[in-house]
Amino acid sequence: MIKETLEKIEQLRDKTLLAIKDSIYVEAVNDIRVKTLGKKGELTTVLKQMGSLAPDERPIIGAKANEVRETVETAILEQTAKLKTLRDEQNIKKETIDVTLPGKRRPLGKSHPLRVVLEDLKDIFRSMGYTVVSGPEIEEVRFVFDMLNTPAGHPARDESDTFYINDDVVLRTQTSSVQIRAMLENKLPIAIISPGRVYRRDEVDATHSPVFHQCEGLVVGKDITFADLKGTLETFMKRLYGNSVRLRFRPHQFPYTEPSAEVDLSCFKCGGNSDTGDSGSAQSGYCSFCKNEGWIEMLGAGVVHPQVLINCGIDPEIYSGFAFGVGLERITMMRYEIDDMRLLYENDIRFLRQF
Amino acid sequence: MNLSLKWLNDYVKIDIPVGDFAFGMTMSGSKVEKWTDMSAPLEKIVCGKVVSIEKHADSDKLWVAQVDVGTGENVQIVTGAQNVTAGVLVPVVLEGGVVFNRTDGSVLKIKRGKLRGIESMGMMCNYDELGLTIADLPYADPNGILLLDGDPEAEKLSPGMDITEFLGIKDIAVEFEITNNRPDCLSVIGLAKEAGATFNLPVNIKKPKFTGISGDLELTVSVENKSLCSRYMAAVVKNVKIEPSPRWLAERLRASGVRAINNLVDITNFVMLEYGHPMHAFDKRYVEGDEIIVRNASDKEKIVLLDGEERILSGEALVIADSKKPIAIAGVMGGEFSGINDDTKEVVFESACFDGVSVRKTAQRIGRRTESSSRFEKGIDPANAENALLRALELVELLGCGQVIKTIIDEDFSQKEPVRVKYDYNRINAILGSDISETDQLEILSRLGFKKEDGHIVVPSIRTDIKLECDIAEEVARIYGYNEIGATLPRVLSEIEASKEDEFLKKTGIIMQGQGCHETMTFSFISPKAYEKAGVSVTADESVVIRNPLGEETGVMRASMLPSMLEVISRNYNNRNPDGRFYEIGTVYRRAISDKNDALPTESKILCIGLYGENEDFLSLKGLVEELNERFEIKARFTPLDSDNSYHPGRCAEISASGDVIGIIGEAHPSVAENYDIGTRIYLGELKTEKLMQYSRENPRFKALPKYPSMTRDLSLLCDLETPAGKVAELISAAAVNLERLTLFDTYSGSQIPDGKKSLSYKLIFRKSDSTLTDEETDKATARILRTLEQKGINLRV
Repeated sequence: MIKETLEKIEQLRDKTLLAIKDSIYVEAVNDIRVKTLGKKGELTTVLKQMGSLAPDERPIIGAKANEVRETVETAILEQTAKLKTLRDEQNIKKETIDVTLPGKRRPLGKSHPLRVVLEDLKDIFRSMGYTVVSGPEIEEVRFVFDMLNTPAGHPARDESDTFYINDDVVLRTQTSSVQIRAMLENKLPIAIISPGRVYRRDEVDATHSPVFHQCEGLVVGKDITFADLKGTLETFMKRLYGNSVRLRFRPHQFPYTEPSAEVDLSCFKCGGNSDTGDSGSAQSGYCSFCKNEGWIEMLGAGVVHPQVLINCGIDPEIYSGFAFGVGLERITMMRYEIDDMRLLYENDIRFLRQF
Repeated sequence: MNLSLKWLNDYVKIDIPVGDFAFGMTMSGSKVEKWTDMSAPLEKIVCGKVVSIEKHADSDKLWVAQVDVGTGENVQIVTGAQNVTAGVLVPVVLEGGVVFNRTDGSVLKIKRGKLRGIESMGMMCNYDELGLTIADLPYADPNGILLLDGDPEAEKLSPGMDITEFLGIKDIAVEFEITNNRPDCLSVIGLAKEAGATFNLPVNIKKPKFTGISGDLELTVSVENKSLCSRYMAAVVKNVKIEPSPRWLAERLRASGVRAINNLVDITNFVMLEYGHPMHAFDKRYVEGDEIIVRNASDKEKIVLLDGEERILSGEALVIADSKKPIAIAGVMGGEFSGINDDTKEVVFESACFDGVSVRKTAQRIGRRTESSSRFEKGIDPANAENALLRALELVELLGCGQVIKTIIDEDFSQKEPVRVKYDYNRINAILGSDISETDQLEILSRLGFKKEDGHIVVPSIRTDIKLECDIAEEVARIYGYNEIGATLPRVLSEIEASKEDEFLKKTGIIMQGQGCHETMTFSFISPKAYEKAGVSVTADESVVIRNPLGEETGVMRASMLPSMLEVISRNYNNRNPDGRFYEIGTVYRRAISDKNDALPTESKILCIGLYGENEDFLSLKGLVEELNERFEIKARFTPLDSDNSYHPGRCAEISASGDVIGIIGEAHPSVAENYDIGTRIYLGELKTEKLMQYSRENPRFKALPKYPSMTRDLSLLCDLETPAGKVAELISAAAVNLERLTLFDTYSGSQIPDGKKSLSYKLIFRKSDSTLTDEETDKATARILRTLEQKGINLRV
């Protein structure tokens, strides 16, 4: 009886091991395990029959059955692992794709290049403690001209230069009107920039537009000096163009500032190296950016004219200030080397995608 | 302003390279645009003496000359000119030299060559080849070679001498860009003073003097409008001889960009350039009644000007009149008979001071801006009128072109008291942030002609721009050097609070870009016809009209963003860009009907969206807006709208939040698309950013993640075809208990669905926040929803 049972177990073992070895699917191996080792499996059934064995035979059969179980389990694990590796290899091979195909994209939109520059400017000035303020584009003449020391009869007020809605209302020609409004609020000190649209009666061409954007700045407080203006603009320009740029201040004239300056930047294209002091002939190494002058005109600035302060109810004996204005189009066109201003307002998507 | 360096050197000796001069002047405030070598491109042109000349053996017209050019060895030149004889002095272009081509003015380089077999080593030339005219060299024969023997200064010539030097072509013209506040720098003397101050050099300007003859003026002057004419000076010159001007004068005019005409005319131009004061010369025989009256024109008074055109004047114009008629428009231009002619015998010189604004307005009205008017409009020093007149009379005597009557008329109503500015050197440093000693400041100021007197700075009358302490500060700073002043940073923190709008709009832009929309920027003015084209209704009362637009296309401030966006899409579509997603946060301008005239129009910002292309439809547009709403936590409702003419009546929705309309989206009305030549469907949206901001949650608050499991039910509902899905969703939401999320995953109509009905399939996710939801609770909640729907005729699809 014991011999029969042992033979039966061994036969089962041999049959099962053979079946495992012949399996080509992981699932088939799993089936074999269930069939052999499961609750109702063949080996289990054999073990269940042990009750009918003599007590001294039981340990022998039990030991044998456990040995076979271990053998089968090991065989199953090995075969499963082997088959899985094989299957994975096949799957991977089957799933291999051409990674040089173009990607599927959800393209992002882009900011208008003028916005990119404007946000840069705002970030720079915010970090320097300035507040960004805005005001109406259709503005009262007194805020655009009168209070900015540009009296009636001044050429800037001509209908050939300025758009009028009526005698008292114009499209603002600079955003200084916003500064006037800010000064009238009489919260001192003031440190603001007023970016925005301005209007001048220029026909559209490659370098002119009747609508364009300015960013003007104003600081009013105690002991504000021309030197402060210089330091501020130097910091601004270095943040915008990098620490290697140099600034040059030239005397100029604006009705609302005195002293006034025009500010040149060392050419960021040629680094100002073509500053030969020699105008005229185009030699090799000609810099079309600065026309070999080494400097690029960037902005206008000055110490706030005392009359402007008085106009806004600020005592020039106690307070002083400086102001500056820079054209966004100019910075934008130079930054991206855009050669025609019209492109900025045509909004062709092939243009807009580039920034 | 073109400045002849040679002329400048009459007053101040500039012996530095022109580049350094230009740089120095620019940095002290007189900006140099460029400079031009007046003799360029002329090269290697010398005086030659014709030693001998003989007929070319092989030509009837050509001559062969041996010319002494000062090198010790004669050069052989073949010429076709017939006026050259042995012994004459001629300009010779040597081999390798450059002249102008007399036929077309192009640049001509002279090479050695053979003419009919005979070698020619250069060229003799005439005035046009030197870039000059007969007016420069009146003794020249236009058809031959310039024979220098006829020159008044011929005795100075010798073979080999540089001809450009001799003829005064060798000069450098420096072009200045002078700011409007410095009319005094639009003159040689003004710039000489600036150069003197800039380079700290002595400036030598003498007060002009004339001798004059006694005699009767036979002229009276009366100024009726003294506020527009603060000074009127006049002098009479008799026995006038009209001749060409001498070379030194002509060459200075030429370098300044002014053509020489004749001595009298040249003198007025010369003085204007030298002193910056416009003058006029009248032919006295046309001054009827020997009387000059400075008065306003009578209304519709006519005058024929020097340019031959008749102008009709208004009463605001100031004229110079004789007893019968206006003979000039003050400060702008003379009348047709007032000019100097070849037979002029007596001249009246006018040197006056007219009001700048008045001159500018008049010049504008008659459409004729002149050198004179542009100088007057910047403001003129009455004291300088005298310098100019005296200088003109001095020149008349120097040139011998007439006799000056000693008596001068001077009607002077001008302010004589010089401007005085209170001075404290500390205040100047306080403005500049500098530390310049009083001595240094005063030294700078004295270089500029300012004096210190009793704690004040006395301003020279020519400096009409200096009135205040800050003006003095600029004077000190610009000569001291703007770039010598330090750079500091102010320590201020703005008291003005930042508006939240800026950040909100920036976020809005980022959300739009995240969804593939490109930002556009368009003009704020549009054509008034654009509204109709885009189906926008704006009444004339609301429209902000520009009084002086550049053209009709840009005639009104836009009251809607749609025309701008449609133009963008139209342009892109017509440029064959297959698709596009755009947005612009633009301002629209509208006059409220109740507004009074003096109120400013309202300006509000609109987020305008425009989409077109194969993959776009209404729902992709709506998705964009939903995404935006979700990011800002705006609870928005979309309601069908069929009454907006810009939009497709069946594909348009009004968006509202808390019952307030915040925007509109939809497909463009087919006729609008057609109006803009767009052959594809366009999807447009307009959202009021102010409203978006109002209904957005400023600070999103954290909601705890769910702790208990959810239950899901799918419902397929049958409803009328016309029933909006949004309505069904609203009914479900209203009836639901513990409903966490409702998603429409399928809509269907067709076979298996009764006619006039559609199927809507929803997934409902239920969840309780404080305990596990049971099956029974979920079934109860679902049943409750279904009961509500049944009451509205919406049933479970079976």
